[in-house]
Amino acid sequence: MEKNPSLAPAKPVPRKLRKGKKLKNRNNLAGYIFISPWLVGFLMFTIIPMLWSLYLSFTKYDILSSPRWVGLMNYETMFKYDYLFPQSLKVTFQYAFTAVPLRLLFALILALLLSQKRRGVGLYRTLFYVPSVFGGSIAVAVMWRQLFGVNGALNSILMALGVIEEGIGWLTGPNTAIWTLVALAVWQFGSPMLIFLAGLKQISFSLYEAAMIDGASSWQKLIYITLPMLSPIIFFNFLVQMINGFMMFTQALIITNGGPFNRTLMYVLYIYRKGFTDYSMGYASALAWIMLVIIGILTAIIFKTSSYWVFYETGEGK
Amino acid sequence: MRLTTKTRKNIGSVVYHLFVIALALFVFYPVMWLIASSFKSHSEIFTEAHSLIPSELRWENYVTGWKGFGRTTFATFFKNSFIITFASTFGQVASSALVAYGFARVNFTGKRFLFACMIMTMLIPGQVLMIPQYLLFNALGWVNSWRPLIVPSFFGVPFFIFLIMQFIRGIPYELDESAKIDGCGVYRIFFYIILPNIVPALITSTIFAFYWKWEDFLGPLLYLQSAELYPVSLALRLFSDPAAITDWGAMFAMSVASLIPVFILFVLFQKYLVEGISTTGLKG
Repeated sequence: MEKNPSLAPAKPVPRKLRKGKKLKNRNNLAGYIFISPWLVGFLMFTIIPMLWSLYLSFTKYDILSSPRWVGLMNYETMFKYDYLFPQSLKVTFQYAFTAVPLRLLFALILALLLSQKRRGVGLYRTLFYVPSVFGGSIAVAVMWRQLFGVNGALNSILMALGVIEEGIGWLTGPNTAIWTLVALAVWQFGSPMLIFLAGLKQISFSLYEAAMIDGASSWQKLIYITLPMLSPIIFFNFLVQMINGFMMFTQALIITNGGPFNRTLMYVLYIYRKGFTDYSMGYASALAWIMLVIIGILTAIIFKTSSYWVFYETGEGK
Repeated sequence: MRLTTKTRKNIGSVVYHLFVIALALFVFYPVMWLIASSFKSHSEIFTEAHSLIPSELRWENYVTGWKGFGRTTFATFFKNSFIITFASTFGQVASSALVAYGFARVNFTGKRFLFACMIMTMLIPGQVLMIPQYLLFNALGWVNSWRPLIVPSFFGVPFFIFLIMQFIRGIPYELDESAKIDGCGVYRIFFYIILPNIVPALITSTIFAFYWKWEDFLGPLLYLQSAELYPVSLALRLFSDPAAITDWGAMFAMSVASLIPVFILFVLFQKYLVEGISTTGLKG
């Protein structure tokens, strides 16, 4: 383990190339040598841990004593007695299904605005991307917490404008807390915006020319050309962002810490607490597996329905 | 007629720029506010919460913040972050380049299946595996060391493998062929033909790897217990604990400091970053 396996082929041993049957074998060996870092890592850090956690999900395990087989008990507890399980699922779905569409919408609007050939768009693109550069950093989460705090900047602005008399506890209000997290996600629309911009560049100008000759309005051009041509990219973004949305953790921990009244208890935060606060490793593994299944189903749904709303040019497969 | 269209165009242009600039100011406000707050005095942070111009530039915030907490200063935290990030980034990029070449150019049995496996793992979020991975590293006795944060980096990252593969596919096969005729094997082709041609992809991967590792919070949170091992991300969390915090200006100052390396990298390598996002986004 100490020795870095990826460096193994660092000093290639040049062998004389012999033509013939041995070539295939040699290619096999070389191929596996090159992909060996990934292959070993895949087995050690993905497949074996996955199977191990599947086994653990049927046990009671607190690290100190060895795992004890309890059959389906963890899953039974989850679905029958644990009110935090449906709560965290609800919160996570609520978050993902608001934050992701809003973020993509914002990204799309900005991309459409900044794809125009005008002076300064390059600078604008950079500016709008900056919040995403800071991405998931703790500093940004801390900043967000202070912005929305009772004595924070948002209240200060609203009070200066005379909209409110007293500071609102955005983070402690049961109905507002999750929206501060959604707002943070929407604020960081930079990466999908860049992907949309790249996609917009790919759309052939001749399509717009043809539409112009037919007298299409800008709105029609958007609906009948831009959006269909961009749909594969929207699809890709939606899938990736959705999975990211479900995995939200750091911000929920720093900004609201799951509160108030578990209204921002994101699923991963709940897994973390079960595993590393309660040391219920078996139960936490069961929770993780449910999430894996949900992501699998969600991915399948997005892929299956994609043929209805994603347009692929003929002859140019996925 | 021509004049009116021209005036209309001009008005449209003014409206466009005003709108975009207003939006940019709105989006930028939190960042500017964070920087402004890092120079404010303790009382000003609360009395003039929204203002972007501090009444005086209090550099002391940075000096007191740098002292950190306990007996550990932010010099240690930054040093830790740099060591972890550099080691991990090197491992991720080097191993991903090797794997990418294997998948893109070498024909071996089982390639299609394994490639499908790799693409699938791109969709499996790491958070789902945090329990068993923690148990694995715990069993190895690696907890409370940097090893769980660094060693797995040397086993390739599907996202980067994919990104580098896209670049390798753009290199004409004729180059490989002519090298083969000259007697080069697959290893030499990799080092002398492919590697020099995928430098942009390697830079892009390096920047992303750096960002993600620098910001990584869950990993250090799970695996590190002693404060002298903490990277900046984890230190900042303790430093900004609302229950314990006394000096808010210092907290803002260290938040800003933690973003400086990220920002410098962004300014220097913006082009690669944008290209990386665009290509992976498109080819996905």
